[in-house]
Amino acid sequence: MNVEAIKAIYAAEMRRTRNTLMQSIASPVISTCLYFVVFGSAIGSRIESVEGVSYGAFIVPGLMMLSLLTQSISNASFGIFFPKFTGTVYEVLSAPISFFEVILGYVGAAATKSLIIGIIILITASFFVDLRVAHPVWMVTFLLMTCVAFSLFGFIIGLWADNFEKLQIVPLLIITPLVFLGGTFYSIDMLPPLWQKISLLNPLLYLISGFRWSFYEVADVNVVLSLSMTAAFMVGCLIVVWYMFRTGYKLKQ
Amino acid sequence: MTETNTPVAREPIVRIRGLNKTYENGHQALKGVDLDILNGEILALLGPNGAGKTTLISIICGLVNATGGTVMVGGYDNVLEYRRTRSMIGLVPQELALGAFEVVENTVALSRGLFGKPKDAEFIKNLLAKLSLGDKAASPVNRLSGGMKRRVLIAKALSHEPRILFLDEPTAGVDVELRKDMWSVIDELRADGVTIILTTHYIEEAEAIADRVGVINAGEILVIEDKQVLMEKLGKKQLVIELRNTIDTVPDSLAKHELQLSADGSSLTFTYDVRSERTGITTLLNDVQAAGLVLKDLSTSQSSLEDIFVNLVKADA
Repeated sequence: MNVEAIKAIYAAEMRRTRNTLMQSIASPVISTCLYFVVFGSAIGSRIESVEGVSYGAFIVPGLMMLSLLTQSISNASFGIFFPKFTGTVYEVLSAPISFFEVILGYVGAAATKSLIIGIIILITASFFVDLRVAHPVWMVTFLLMTCVAFSLFGFIIGLWADNFEKLQIVPLLIITPLVFLGGTFYSIDMLPPLWQKISLLNPLLYLISGFRWSFYEVADVNVVLSLSMTAAFMVGCLIVVWYMFRTGYKLKQ
Repeated sequence: MTETNTPVAREPIVRIRGLNKTYENGHQALKGVDLDILNGEILALLGPNGAGKTTLISIICGLVNATGGTVMVGGYDNVLEYRRTRSMIGLVPQELALGAFEVVENTVALSRGLFGKPKDAEFIKNLLAKLSLGDKAASPVNRLSGGMKRRVLIAKALSHEPRILFLDEPTAGVDVELRKDMWSVIDELRADGVTIILTTHYIEEAEAIADRVGVINAGEILVIEDKQVLMEKLGKKQLVIELRNTIDTVPDSLAKHELQLSADGSSLTFTYDVRSERTGITTLLNDVQAAGLVLKDLSTSQSSLEDIFVNLVKADA
């Protein structure tokens, strides 16, 4: 195991985060605060509680997920896309390092950054609403799994993308709509029966539901199913990255 | 510059057999290349654009997958035992590929880490000083000049103390002064026992610093030879005969020698092949004397590597 290489990639990626602190940390925190102000306080004050949880508190797990998913994807995708774009990826490809070590470095750093953002958002939310976490261990488990799984997914996008447009297209056109439609701001019980069934096809619903359960013991779907879906997604992404490195897809000719 | 042109040791450190590469678009970049790179030598690979130089280097370093053939580095297969082989190799790419926001010492430290070496600030400090980058350690790489960036790339390639260094067009787009600087860096590295392989367009570069020269064209190695031997073997020599009295035309009796008369009519140039058994010099001199021409001086000059290269590539085309 090339531990020094993992440490070097991780350190370089975290250094990049520090160099762009405002953009990396401040911007997701500010946008989440705006959601709290608009949906939690302004509109939320007129909405009844959802399954016994005040609306402002109800949306906290969903908002955290929204930030975690988009940040994990953008951090990890940019982390590997940028070296490809500037040509510096040659160094990683010519180094005595396996695909798993590359992932530990890049995805580890992206997931760490997302985790930090998630924690900051959680702390920020506690200023706006009355938060309680019923199952802290499960909350942390979901948090970690989400950060890792979606950083892996971002890494795949970064490997696949060969221009900036492609880099943006998946998060913008697929992930953001799926998060919004996955129960970030509502419980699917509020939907007509047909849409409830359709929503069950949305993989992100399971993630948000499980995460919300760890806070308030309120869930749209079974928590074991949520956990299994997240784990399956993570393993799926790992297999795809392994395949990409093995075949040199978009990396080696 | 290099005084001796004999490699330190003659065992191959890189052994390439039957290396093929066909890209997805069908372009066959390498056609069964066999090549031994000797331990401690400076090997220059000359070839026109698209000859396959970069593909060859890229396969050895692990950047491109070969379609067929084997590459052994230090006795290890570069695919099956890539950790061992890559640890021995440093690569300076053709493009000035550097992360825009990193500072010099960090980007060099990153390279060292990638190759599995523990942090060593002192080593990196000395390395940067050796490459005249000592005062740039804390500068962001995007603020450096092109020449400095090239040095940073060399520092990155040397950060893990490789035994073999590949320089892909190290002096492309570099001014004359810096090029000479770069040559002395390469010379120092060789003195440290590093095996150096450089690709270049500049014949004078190969001529100045290489021990051996390989000429590659259209995916095939046309020749690989000790530089001096190559020049002697393939070189054409010219004999310049200076005349005491100027002449207007070459006498008919000398026509068979295909002499060239200088513009001022004061000298005749005879081109001959050193490889041939008979150079024809004796007959020529006899004929010159018989034609009544009086000699003032004689001198010979050998064709440069450039002439050899052009002839080889032309013959291959």
